[in-house]
Amino acid sequence: MDGMHDLGGKEGFGPVRHSKNAAVFHADWEIRANALYSLAVKCGVYNMDEYRHAIERMEPRHYLSASYYERSLTALASLCVEKGLVTREQLEQLAHGSYPLALPSAPGRSNHPQRKTFLPGDLVRVRDEHVPGHMRMPGYLRGKCGVVISKSPLYPFPDAHGHGIHAEDEPTYDVRFEASHVWPNDAENAQIHAAIFESYLELNK
Amino acid sequence: MNAKPHAIASIEQRLDSIQTVLEQHGMEPDKFIDTFHDLANEHWIPENGARLVARAWSDPEFKQRLLGDGTAAIQEMGLSMPPHHRHFVVLENTADIHNVICCTLCSCTAFTIIGLPPDWYKDLEYRARVVRESRTVLQEMGLDLPAHVQIRVWDTTADTRYMVLPQRPTGTENLNAEQLAALVNKDALIGVAHL
Repeated sequence: MDGMHDLGGKEGFGPVRHSKNAAVFHADWEIRANALYSLAVKCGVYNMDEYRHAIERMEPRHYLSASYYERSLTALASLCVEKGLVTREQLEQLAHGSYPLALPSAPGRSNHPQRKTFLPGDLVRVRDEHVPGHMRMPGYLRGKCGVVISKSPLYPFPDAHGHGIHAEDEPTYDVRFEASHVWPNDAENAQIHAAIFESYLELNK
Repeated sequence: MNAKPHAIASIEQRLDSIQTVLEQHGMEPDKFIDTFHDLANEHWIPENGARLVARAWSDPEFKQRLLGDGTAAIQEMGLSMPPHHRHFVVLENTADIHNVICCTLCSCTAFTIIGLPPDWYKDLEYRARVVRESRTVLQEMGLDLPAHVQIRVWDTTADTRYMVLPQRPTGTENLNAEQLAALVNKDALIGVAHL
């Protein structure tokens, strides 16, 4: 989906709030939030693609204003409701207040019907596709050309895995893009590597 | 009863209530929170990556194995990744190439090897900017790269996970593996700092 989470290349942001030896957690509840969403994965309530997609489905204003671990918590709670572990009303009763959750999911999809294998050195293009459900193709690479460097082991296909749909596992390809091609006239010179699922790619003829 | 909307529950109330739900479903969250504290503080730490780097600096054959098949090489050192991370790729910095890791879509990292991602890595600014303005972002973070250095930004868009192999600092020829490992930090393993 073309969601608020898809931040690569968005302009207007200020300096990175970096500090040396920066903390991972800033409060005890943050580590607890991380533990609980991991526990739910471990117990098979949902998988990581479903979890990522639940974060992506947060209402954009909520996504941007929430801290990282509030997003984790929102995804965890949303999936517990969607999977039938609890109702929203029960959650709100337990929490003594309203409980913002992710918005409903659009349908997912299975592997691309014209999926092809690529070799190192192949010139490829990221398919110009807009997918309403979960996917792991960052928007800034849509329709862009690059060169295949290598191939990964097989992974569950996120567009299906994030929606409980059956699909064949796929490799990803390490594809190298030039930042100057991705954002002509408005990027600093760099090579960008991304792991692109086979279904997202076509040969650049 | 009127249908007056409730104020949003506090984050702690929301977290407590979901913890209660997991408890009701027999998942024993209290126990796992303790386990998770231990994993995050004692096991998923950048000292793991630092050990890999120190050995790669002093053992050329290990370095070749680490760069050739990172997933196998970390097992030699007693390290592992969660089952869904199926591929570990080590990126070697040289005098001419500088690698830096990010995740524009969320916060993916090789957390069992380099530690859980620091706050700034998960923040909007880093995710938005580092792919498009890498040189400026690195400079703002204190890493001023010479103009001839080719920057490679690695966007972690799948469950292949990365670690940067930093350049060995000069004047460290006489240090042993433990002393070398002590020089390495999380920022260098992500690629936003030199050593």
